[in-house]
Amino acid sequence: MTLLTIENLAVDLGGQPILDNIHLALERGEIVTIVGPNGSGKTTLLKAIIGSLTPACGQIQRAPGLILGYVPQRLHLDPTLPMTVKRFMGLPRQHSRACIAQALERAGAAGLGQQQMSSLSGGQFQRILLARALLESPDLLILDEATQGLDQQGVIDFYRQLEAVRHELGCGVLMVSHELHVVMSTSDRVVCLNRSICCEGTPERVAASPAYHAMFGQGVQDALAVYRHDHHPRQALREPA
Amino acid sequence: MIFDDFLVRAALAGIGVALAAAPLGCFVVWRRMAYFGDATAHAAVLGVALSLVLSTSILAGVLVTSLAMATIVSSLSGRGYAMDTLLGVMAHSALALGLVAVSFVSGVRIDLMAYLFGDILAVGKWDLAIIWAGAMLVLGLMHWRWSSLLTATLNTDLAHASGIDPGREQLILTLSLAVVVAVALKVVGVLLIAALLIIPAATARPFSRTPESMALLAALFGAGSTTGGLQAAYWLDTPTGPTIVSLAALLFLLASLAGRLTPRVMKTTRQ
Repeated sequence: MTLLTIENLAVDLGGQPILDNIHLALERGEIVTIVGPNGSGKTTLLKAIIGSLTPACGQIQRAPGLILGYVPQRLHLDPTLPMTVKRFMGLPRQHSRACIAQALERAGAAGLGQQQMSSLSGGQFQRILLARALLESPDLLILDEATQGLDQQGVIDFYRQLEAVRHELGCGVLMVSHELHVVMSTSDRVVCLNRSICCEGTPERVAASPAYHAMFGQGVQDALAVYRHDHHPRQALREPA
Repeated sequence: MIFDDFLVRAALAGIGVALAAAPLGCFVVWRRMAYFGDATAHAAVLGVALSLVLSTSILAGVLVTSLAMATIVSSLSGRGYAMDTLLGVMAHSALALGLVAVSFVSGVRIDLMAYLFGDILAVGKWDLAIIWAGAMLVLGLMHWRWSSLLTATLNTDLAHASGIDPGREQLILTLSLAVVVAVALKVVGVLLIAALLIIPAATARPFSRTPESMALLAALFGAGSTTGGLQAAYWLDTPTGPTIVSLAALLFLLASLAGRLTPRVMKTTRQ
């Protein structure tokens, strides 16, 4: 089942073309990762999909009744705004205590409900963001560099949770990531973006494509070739390259 | 009876404004819109002058100019101007322009001080009805949009992803702000309206664990300051509006000290 179809999308910001000629379709149950250098339009693409940016041309079609879960890159919480984890989970819609506890559990953040958001560590904060996105049982989960600022162990745990969630909910996942090793071991499909889509396909195919080489250089390519078939990211990262 | 009839009216007017200002003031604090509130309030003087010239009701004039000011400021904000500079320019030029315009109104003697610092003791029955109608309107809007407003305040992208339009929520805040300014004009005057928005909310912060408790506490502190300030002004024979704000400031000071002395609360206020 197709969750989302993007056709001929172009987005301009401040008169500058950021995205151009984007075609992309997302299916239920698949994990698609967008990679690309800084300024290549990754975040812009996600913002266009969630509807916070208006396209200059093209179409983004959602499956009817599609529920989005969104995990932002970073969430700045103004210190003047008091907010418990539990209350945050209930925004914008209230959920039962049991639902919230379950979502926290799923995201690996059980027992944090009564804490103030401002007292959380970086890793806990990201898990809460994931938990909140899971509350509505989304059909499509969108993550924008959700592991930024986490240490290696945190990153590994986060992706492990994500994979578990994907199996449990059967949702599609679209994410932007810089952790190329993990991307290659967890994604079903990789999309290389640099204003338009340079190449896309299975991680193997992308890793072998000249466009990908040109974008990230030879060193990354070698690393990926070694790690691709290891489905345990923890081990993959522990071994020195 | 300590309270004569006009004092009861004044107290009720103060409570009405404090109740509406509490949730709105929290958003002003959370979204760092303090200067924005100032600009909107200062535009009210211009509104007073215009309504005298055009012989329309002062309430309407103030509503229109405050709304216009708020709209201009929000639409200019995304266009590369430094926000604090822009607001500083707008707030003070609106105030100055308003004062100049008032001086042009010939043949009408108006008590400028009453508009600058409020004249809560002169609140009539009709004023009271308008104040409470405005307060109920703002409270209704806040209650209706509460979750969406909070989500949009947290993060605009989160709001978009949940199907909330942050622009519309901003518009609701802008509208509510104009209404509060219009009804608070009589109570504390244009110079001190922003204080009534911000001080009770800031006072409530150290004791709050959720946005809702902060808004409720702000309402409590606001209502306490207005009724207490009214009482104090009566005893001390001081100007009412400034006395109310002084009492609010005193409560803020005490709350900050109490917040410092309570370790658990400290943890929640620090990042």
